[in-house]
Amino acid sequence: MAIIKTENLSHIYSEGTPFVKTAIDNINLEIEEGEMVGVIGHTGSGKSTLIQHFNGLLQPTSGKIYIDGEDMWADKAKLRDIRFKVGLVFQYPEYQLFEETCYKDIAFGPKNMGLSEEEVDKRVREAAAFVNLSEEQLMKSPFELSGGQKRRVAIAGVLAMKPKVLILDEPTAGLDPKGRDRILGQIKEYHQEEGNTVLIVSHSMEDVAKFAKKVLVMNRSKVFMYDTVDAVFARAKEIAEIGLAVPQITQIFAELKKRGYDVNPNVYTIEAAKAELIRLLEEGGDIRA
Amino acid sequence: MLKDITIGQFFPGDSFIHKMDPRMKIIATLLYIIMLFVASHPLSLIVGILLLVLLYQVSGIPLKMVTKSLKPVVPVILFTSVLNIFFVSGEALFKFFFITITKEGLTLAILMSLRILCLIAGSSLLTYTTSPIELTDAIERLLNPLKKFKVPVHELSMMMTIALRFIPTLIEETDKIINAQKARGADMESGGLMQRAKALVPILIPLFVSSFRRADELAMAMECRCYRGGDGRTRMKQLKYGHRDWIALAVMVLCIAAVLLLNHILG
Repeated sequence: MAIIKTENLSHIYSEGTPFVKTAIDNINLEIEEGEMVGVIGHTGSGKSTLIQHFNGLLQPTSGKIYIDGEDMWADKAKLRDIRFKVGLVFQYPEYQLFEETCYKDIAFGPKNMGLSEEEVDKRVREAAAFVNLSEEQLMKSPFELSGGQKRRVAIAGVLAMKPKVLILDEPTAGLDPKGRDRILGQIKEYHQEEGNTVLIVSHSMEDVAKFAKKVLVMNRSKVFMYDTVDAVFARAKEIAEIGLAVPQITQIFAELKKRGYDVNPNVYTIEAAKAELIRLLEEGGDIRA
Repeated sequence: MLKDITIGQFFPGDSFIHKMDPRMKIIATLLYIIMLFVASHPLSLIVGILLLVLLYQVSGIPLKMVTKSLKPVVPVILFTSVLNIFFVSGEALFKFFFITITKEGLTLAILMSLRILCLIAGSSLLTYTTSPIELTDAIERLLNPLKKFKVPVHELSMMMTIALRFIPTLIEETDKIINAQKARGADMESGGLMQRAKALVPILIPLFVSSFRRADELAMAMECRCYRGGDGRTRMKQLKYGHRDWIALAVMVLCIAAVLLLNHILG
């Protein structure tokens, strides 16, 4: 069963004023449980609006959302439970930290869930371990940490709620390449261990190729594509038409193929590219087909 | 929800009033207020009311906005009217037990109510037709003579400009933080007063922190561009009085004269 399902979901901002804007338009989606999905699209394509619907921060103007088969807006009293089920990490989440210590900040979510003190403690430590925060750092004020560390504390604050669906809005924005890989690696590890559903909004096709199984491409308030990474990147031309690009390495391999080399064009990461090139060279001789 | 708050209530347009020099608009508003208080008879206030109707017609501000701006002062008007009607002594019109309503009281009540209504509607016109930036610019220029007395006029107006500029940014930021804490299960809608006050902490602290961060960044950016106060600073938009402004001034002066004349005739 799909964990998130939307039916004709639309959202219009400032209806009835001169500033009216359709942010998402008639979205029909089914996201299966346990998937890792990359969400890609231009600024203003409706990505952020869409994901804020998934945990009930925005109410649809029309259409329905089902989480785990339940209509989200059928019973408003249950909305808070949905927010524990669907954890949302905002852009620049470090700006939401407020407690005296990182430990207390990570405990904010689990405490709101009404868990026992032992359970809260257990979850905080687990979440901290996932994002590689040391015991010493846990007892520090979040304002003493570096930018990347703060971000990891904020992500841990959502992980500690153990949501069935984890949504991250550009978790790597403004980080250096090392910090970026670190956070994406930790999220992937978490996904593999917990088997939960993860959605990551990103601008970088390279990042999406690295971690996601499926890609959701948004364009002009609509779902442009929702398919596996292979299927989406195979339509490189259409993606280029809406002003997005497949990873550079994929472009190179497509060009190689065009020039008559016997390569597999479905290569999205540097690692895969390396393996493919070594294979070709080891087969030896004339690599031209 | 927070996005719906508008501050300054500026209504863009290109009417005669919109195009006036903001300095003259402020002066004209002050003259209008003086006129309201000079008028000592309800009938001479009619000049003020007529002028107001005319100005709103010219500016193209929807009538709905006027009623909206007047709503909050209704309690004040009721309160002063009651005081005036019952507690001003003079020629009795109506007697009931210890309550006496006098002619003078009634007149004063009407006069005061009309005055307050005109005052609010008139000064609202200023903010409806002038953008906040223009307004602070004009205030700075009008207060310029005070520099001789070491009043930091430029700095004050700069502070006003920055404050106005950052209101929408802060509203957006607050919205974001509220959403982020809600996503972590923060409950802001239920509970008693104490609980609700406590629920504000996760919002206020990040908001304070980010305000300080923004202030820091802004100060740095200003310094990088060699900002060093008002001395010798030129402006992109030069304020200049045009024939429009002199017409407006003439209209205001004539109206005050008319009020004085009416006062004299009506005694």
